[in-house]
Amino acid sequence: MPPGTPAEDSIRTITLEAFADTIIPGEKRHPGDRAVAGAAAGGGAVQAGAIELLQWNATGVSEGLDDYARLLNEHASAYADEAGLVLDASVPPFVALPFEHRTALVARLTAPDHPEKPFWILLALFSNMAYDSAAHMHTAEAIAAGHPGLRAMGIAAPGADGLWRFPAFSYGRPLARLHPDTTPSGSPA
Amino acid sequence: MTSTERTDVLVVGSGFGGAITAYHLAAGGAKVEILERGPWLTAKDFEQDFMLGSSYTRIFDFTVGEGMSILGGNCVGGGSVVYFAAMPRAPRFVFERQGGLGRRVWPASVSRDTLDPWYDRVAESIPITKQDWDDVTYAGGLWAAACDHSGRTANPVPAAVDRNRCTNCNWMMAGCKFDAKQSLLLNYLPAALAHGARIRPLHEVQRIERNHDGSYRVHYDLIDEEDYRIRSAGGAIDAKIVVLAAGAGATPVILQRSEAALGRMPHGVGRYFSGNGERLNTAVLNEDRVREVLGLTREGGLAYAANQIGKGPTVANWDRLDGSLPEFTRYSLEQLYFPPGLGTILAQVADAVGPSWFGVRKKEMLSRWQSWLIIFQMIEDANEGVFGPPPAAGNADRISQQMLGVGRLRYDPAETTLRAWAMADAEVKEILERDGLAEVTAWTNDVVGAYTVHPLSSCRIGDDPATSALDDRNELRGHPGIFVTDGSAVPTALTVNPAMTIAALAERAVPGIVRAARERGVEVTYGAPAPDGATSGRRGVAELVPTLMRK
Ligand SMILES: Cc1cc2nc3c(=O)[nH]c(=O)nc-3n(C[C@H](O)[C@H](O)[C@H](O)COP(=O)(O)OP(=O)(O)OC[C@H]3O[C@@H](n4cnc5c(N)ncnc54)[C@H](O)[C@@H]3O)c2cc1C
Repeated sequence: MPPGTPAEDSIRTITLEAFADTIIPGEKRHPGDRAVAGAAAGGGAVQAGAIELLQWNATGVSEGLDDYARLLNEHASAYADEAGLVLDASVPPFVALPFEHRTALVARLTAPDHPEKPFWILLALFSNMAYDSAAHMHTAEAIAAGHPGLRAMGIAAPGADGLWRFPAFSYGRPLARLHPDTTPSGSPA
Repeated sequence: MTSTERTDVLVVGSGFGGAITAYHLAAGGAKVEILERGPWLTAKDFEQDFMLGSSYTRIFDFTVGEGMSILGGNCVGGGSVVYFAAMPRAPRFVFERQGGLGRRVWPASVSRDTLDPWYDRVAESIPITKQDWDDVTYAGGLWAAACDHSGRTANPVPAAVDRNRCTNCNWMMAGCKFDAKQSLLLNYLPAALAHGARIRPLHEVQRIERNHDGSYRVHYDLIDEEDYRIRSAGGAIDAKIVVLAAGAGATPVILQRSEAALGRMPHGVGRYFSGNGERLNTAVLNEDRVREVLGLTREGGLAYAANQIGKGPTVANWDRLDGSLPEFTRYSLEQLYFPPGLGTILAQVADAVGPSWFGVRKKEMLSRWQSWLIIFQMIEDANEGVFGPPPAAGNADRISQQMLGVGRLRYDPAETTLRAWAMADAEVKEILERDGLAEVTAWTNDVVGAYTVHPLSSCRIGDDPATSALDDRNELRGHPGIFVTDGSAVPTALTVNPAMTIAALAERAVPGIVRAARERGVEVTYGAPAPDGATSGRRGVAELVPTLMRK
């Protein structure tokens, strides 16, 4: 089971939150929210549970989260120097970056020619997964709980027995001519 | 020292290549052991759930490579348990392909005509439905209507799905809870068990060595049932015949690792890998235009908004499966479904100025997920894939407890492959952007490289020893008694879904394996009926069998 403890407000957590929020952005959880930039309406990857998912050892990245946060902040400092940005020192450097610069840095770290690309892709993959499939929760329970990603995507809820069935599924009429070279069993000739 | 276990035939992997050969050899009288690295789940265990650790991640495998990632099954039944069950036969021209060789790649003895009786055997064993328009899902219907609107044809695709049981829940990749999908768990494998074959799940084969008497010793590790990163010491089994069917992403790795003990491998082992030319496009439909232009409506006053509903692919456009067109310009365009979890990250927003696969606009695109339509291209690639030196164990360094690992495949797409993908991209765009129906983008290859659910050709049959690891009866060159019968053996990309062809070639390989087993003193005969006892398929191949059994 994934750890159910709420994320402590550590440097590591807000750094990773800021990363996840760059992948699927969300609205601020409270006015003073520094990790979530507020670049989009509705919950994003953070509200969807990215930190819970990343902290779960089933992902294989949980052991590396300290390194992720440290490296990300190092990259952010270097990026800020290069771009001539002065960062607010009261939060970790990546968190201090404005959203468009977080985006530019993540684009750079995940680009095909970046030496650390596979490492960052993994973090992006699980951030996205928290949003698009709530991989740290049972899907039916996530939908019932109003999971922001599944809700925003419009994923239909299961039936009363917890299973999905779609009795209506077909337009039920011919919609194209068949290829002339089709065999009787329905394969290409 | 305890004595090593012995068997007549040891089969590695329980997907199409393993299940089919295991059934026939067991039914013919051989003692058969099947080693499968994944767990053994059945309908009652399959869960409609994306949570890590549910059946979806237990039975599914995602191996990241350099330039190409492979998705496949990891369970008893292999890919047949997670697949979408589209079962078309390969078009005639495929068997005449020259690839980059400048001469026919397939063995002279294999053509559509000589393979058809073997396809028939499979069709008799795995119930395959020729789908009707009534079976076609909204997504398939939409694709058909769009093809028609642009002057093209479209075909319902034959599928191994029992339409009376199917609920169109689209959870096929997590295993079918309703036993509607006719996976190998419902036909060849139970029949193999009934004839005394044994299946050992969570047994991962690592390497093979040769004994003094010419038999083989196969070494395996035991895999933890929950955390596949944890392995423990297994053992070894001696076998007179080894059938390798671990899938095209794993079979060559076992052979590479065995080279030190077995001696030099043919050049084709771990080379010529094909991803079946696969590439995905996502269309985001304009629902109003779907209603106005295509005249489609469904219950609730909706036009489409049905991405979640269905049973994987149901309709394909086959207009470019035309043998008179030049090689590398022929492909099929098939409607598909790919669930969240892995199925959204690679989709790109249209006309991106910033990042194309994450960020604010990607989130907007996701909010229209029910209006997505995924189109699957299968082009003719150039067998570009090469496996590097094997990892310490298995075919990947596992990252997550299940599913995700890093393998050793390198794939650098040839100019012809890139051109074919670009052609197919342009055609999908032309069909679906016509009259403002949709916005279409290709999945990015920048995140995990290209990707395939159809790994092929990494240990292929052929007539030329320089470019084929196997002879035309699937025996590994220079290593008599070792056969490869999975997707690795298929020589080239097929332009359609491959399972039917993999299965037909596995059926065709059986007489040659029986011959080799008999030479090694195993009392086994060829000629079992279909798993349910039907015999017309057997009659259909009767004339072909003597040649395949000749020395
Ligand atoms: C999501 C998805 C959808 C698909 N849909 C379709 C479709 O609609 N139509 C179609 O034709 N094809 C489809 N395919 C492809 C199809 O599933 C494969 O082509 C087919 O299963 C390959 O058969 P195979 O015998 O080569 O190997 P597999 O079926 O992959 O079987 C190989 C088995 O070997 C096991 N194994 C691997 N290494 C070892 C080891 N070292 N020791 C022991 N066991 C090992 C694996 O766990 C696996 O069970 C789909 C695939 C996926 C992933």
